[in-house]
Amino acid sequence: MTSPGHGTTRMGANTPSTTAGLLICEHCDTVYRRRPLSRGEVACCERCHNILERHARLGPDHLLALTFTAMVVFVQANIWPIVTLELNGRPSSATLWGTIVTMWQQHAEVVAVLAALTLFFFPMAKMLLFGWVFWFARRGERGPGFRSAMIVLHYLGPWTMSEVFVLGAMVAIVKARVYFQVVPDPGIFAYGALMLLITVFGTVDLRQLWDVTRERSR
Amino acid sequence: MSALPRAEELGLIGCHVCGLVCRDGHVHDQACPRCGARLHRRKSASASRTWAWLITAFIFYLPANLLPIMRTVSLGDVDDNTILSGVVELWVKGSPDLAVIVFTASIVVPMLKFLVLGTLLVSVQRRSMWAQRQRTMLYRLVEFIGYWSMLDVFVVALLTALVRFNVLSQVEPLPGVVYFGLTVVATMFASMSFDPRLIWDNRDNDD
Repeated sequence: MTSPGHGTTRMGANTPSTTAGLLICEHCDTVYRRRPLSRGEVACCERCHNILERHARLGPDHLLALTFTAMVVFVQANIWPIVTLELNGRPSSATLWGTIVTMWQQHAEVVAVLAALTLFFFPMAKMLLFGWVFWFARRGERGPGFRSAMIVLHYLGPWTMSEVFVLGAMVAIVKARVYFQVVPDPGIFAYGALMLLITVFGTVDLRQLWDVTRERSR
Repeated sequence: MSALPRAEELGLIGCHVCGLVCRDGHVHDQACPRCGARLHRRKSASASRTWAWLITAFIFYLPANLLPIMRTVSLGDVDDNTILSGVVELWVKGSPDLAVIVFTASIVVPMLKFLVLGTLLVSVQRRSMWAQRQRTMLYRLVEFIGYWSMLDVFVVALLTALVRFNVLSQVEPLPGVVYFGLTVVATMFASMSFDPRLIWDNRDNDD
């Protein structure tokens, strides 16, 4: 017999004496008893097949290093132009902020605000908060404002769209290539690297931080 | 009835922010002792909020598709593109594979969201027991792919910023793209408002 739920233990029907070590599936409300996962293991809900927990392959040290990398790449992606078009030898290039400002000037203010939030402010907030919580988590501590930071990170969840922007840049390049000469600029490569980092962060379950940290003793 | 006990039956609540399992004190405004977020058994007024966002999204969706999203002006020649004509142009002149990606992100995904969330809402309100697991999986799919629809909005924004050659060639955004951006945001709020646990709550529903 395999263990039910691949990485969790089924609960009895009686009310448990303690709530410690329990886990509730967010998609169907089923209660499981947590058990330590080994490398590569994923705990799945038996009822609705939701992923409950993954083995935390990356610890706070790795995550802090990745966050610093992402910050460097993010700065580059923002200051360097993304692509340059050429028509009869006349170049025209765009950066992320150039794009946002142009949309504002062209009376698409809603789009400008959406782009500024999902491509600049939210990703930046996410990285700064990551840096903050991982910095303290390395020593098993919860820094000042840890609770608020974790709540904000939870709500920022799907509102960062750099990876969609990368695909958008590809489509724009292909569309422009019909009429113009297109030269990719460093910004697009920085965005490519950022996309890879986002994919790595996508598998990270931030909730592990609650297990590996304690309130600071003062 | 089932061998898998549910939190509601055991008098437990899971914190939606930090995941801590707490005892249900049956108190309004009970806060999670670990992270301080407010605990709730189900997302409040989930069905009505999801309907509201979904209807809002649909209202934006019509002008988003009917109005042109982008204008190309080259040497006095004006060419307006809607989402669909943009896909067709990409298919004919650019690359068919990217056309498929844009078609999926801009047309299939929003339609799928309307269909899936609509189906989920109707079936939940009828307390249907039909295909509960599959419906939960559909919800996860919608939640996962939702924000990729923003693709076309970013394409228009980038082209507008790039193609600035005055009379020779110029790209301008048109109102369709604004409505499309709003559609995507509204559908994202719709899928966030939906509580998939309702799919499994078909015995005595308290909502």
